[in-house]
Amino acid sequence: MNSRELILGRIRAALGDTAPPAEIPRDYRRGDEPADLDRLVERLEDYKAVVHRGVPVAETVAALAPAPLIVPPGIDPDWLPVGVDVLRDEGLSAGTLAGAGGVLTAATVAVAETGTIVLDGSPGQGRRIISLLPDLHICVVRADQVVASVPAALARLDPRRPLTWISGPSATSDIELNRVEGVHGPRRLHVILLEAPS
Amino acid sequence: MTTFLGMPTTSPRGVGHLRGDEAFPAAARKALGNAQLRRNLGHATTTIRAKSGAVIAELPDWQELRTAGSALKTDTMARLPELLAQLEENVTAAGGVVHWAADANEANRIVTELVQATGETRVIKVKSMATQEIALNEALEAAGIEPVETDLAELIVQLGHDKPSHILVPAIHRNRAEIREIFLREMPGVDPALTDEPVILAGAARRYLRETFLSTKVAVSGANFAVAETGTLAVLESEGNGRMCLTLPETLITVMGIEKLVPTWQDLEVFLQLLPRASTGERMNPYTSMWTGVTPGDGPQNFHLVLLDNGRTAVLADEVGRQALHCIRCSACLNVCPVYERTGGHAYGSVYPGPIGAVLSPQLTGVEDNASLPYASSLCGACFDACPVKIDIPSILVHLRNEAPHPRGERAAMHAAAYTMDHPRLYAAAQHAAKLSRLAGRRLPPPLSGWTASRDLPDPPPETFRDWWAKR
Repeated sequence: MNSRELILGRIRAALGDTAPPAEIPRDYRRGDEPADLDRLVERLEDYKAVVHRGVPVAETVAALAPAPLIVPPGIDPDWLPVGVDVLRDEGLSAGTLAGAGGVLTAATVAVAETGTIVLDGSPGQGRRIISLLPDLHICVVRADQVVASVPAALARLDPRRPLTWISGPSATSDIELNRVEGVHGPRRLHVILLEAPS
Repeated sequence: MTTFLGMPTTSPRGVGHLRGDEAFPAAARKALGNAQLRRNLGHATTTIRAKSGAVIAELPDWQELRTAGSALKTDTMARLPELLAQLEENVTAAGGVVHWAADANEANRIVTELVQATGETRVIKVKSMATQEIALNEALEAAGIEPVETDLAELIVQLGHDKPSHILVPAIHRNRAEIREIFLREMPGVDPALTDEPVILAGAARRYLRETFLSTKVAVSGANFAVAETGTLAVLESEGNGRMCLTLPETLITVMGIEKLVPTWQDLEVFLQLLPRASTGERMNPYTSMWTGVTPGDGPQNFHLVLLDNGRTAVLADEVGRQALHCIRCSACLNVCPVYERTGGHAYGSVYPGPIGAVLSPQLTGVEDNASLPYASSLCGACFDACPVKIDIPSILVHLRNEAPHPRGERAAMHAAAYTMDHPRLYAAAQHAAKLSRLAGRRLPPPLSGWTASRDLPDPPPETFRDWWAKR
């Protein structure tokens, strides 16, 4: 008997005639209400992200002056800053990414209630590694991508894509159980919130 | 010994970290003598209780989420064979390879051989209770493979040649000054001017591990959730070490207990709300990574999932105790437990300490191997209230106390008491005899003196209820 059959046999023996519950009570909020942008901003800032609201992307990125700036394929060309050294990711090495000044990406979904942005690797968001190694991550979120809460976010996401949920810069609670920012991921997270449809 | 194939089996002896060297009372006595440990624990648990309470209070539907989480786990356990087969099918279809490990020895062998097949001699690890449970690091080291723990608390434990003492924060027993000392002593290339500010300590870990992240080709992780419907795995973390391990290497090996799956993608909407708030007291942890098999051009191109039994089927066979498998490893029960807060995690002798450990460890090993743990509780019930999936830990503790082997004298006394209570005349006679003990004072004679050493014997009433009733 192989281990697969062994384990499945053990489970069946353990369960006997146990029946699953008739239905799952889902009486919690489903996030159908419209997303509150003010709440998103407040929650992002509470976890030490810097939010830029209703400002032009290219100028905002230029003011942060990351050099060089990594961008994924498919990035909106209007977002690219003038006068900043831009490196397009076409398989850049980990060393190059780790030495970059920052990375600029789009997002797929943002969750107002938790102050979370989600990247799914589609055009404009790039490989997971590019938003991980640079110390500064600048992420552009459109208002129509913001949902109220976690259930609404999951409903919009495609599980077959590699997903990264980001809530503030890298942090740890491992020293005396208090949150401090700045471990392995980007230590600075800037979110540019576009309110008008782009 | 005959092994009946296909019968639920406890975790084997001689491997892994589920059994302590001594019983809980003896280990707890030593821990209670450590004033620094008690201060560190008191500070940390007070901090986390306040944070967690505040973010839970923000959700008007916390109780509804708990109810849904509990029902989802009950459903998962009842349908485990079909859900595991579904998970396997979907992971395989997405380019992953699924392995089944009946116990710790088999899991360690599978992972070791997978690493050896890559030709690498170092792996980076993201914090995982399952790999702690099976002592994977020791098995890898024995095979000449260096495991590097990358979670800050695990790193503190590894550098300090120490043992984990908390599910979420294995170094909770260390304060910032002690962490600084460990880093100065054990971390190669550390700045000798290191201070004990948490942000400075975190920065030291960042510098120390960065080159290792960039140059290691194999990673080992656990998993918080696996979705049967889609084959998606999820790891929730804070520091970005998880993202490093899940993104940079060429090969990723994930070790996961068979109970950690959820039926559908939608079900994550419950657990992604419950876990961070109950665990680190955050609305959402900084990073959650989800992946389904292999994504061409992004992340590890070889993905192995090891499904681990190691005693879980024995837990599942107990109709009262099986709800311990609903645990999502948030550690909220540890943070509210008056016993854990005073003894710390090492006294429990298992990688699963605190209230959930007191019900999980004895079931994984068989109660006879952890017979003192069901008593490591005052049955106050704070753990039940704090549990985000409503595991009734006090009821399982009482149930396991009945399962645990009892001393012969105690069993004889209990049988005698049961017989007496079944026979009204004997019971009346015993009550009258008890009145005589009013003359004997507040100490019981040996062998019962142990009970009165720390308690006063209550005064028997001058008149029994039966006598009073008979007079009316």
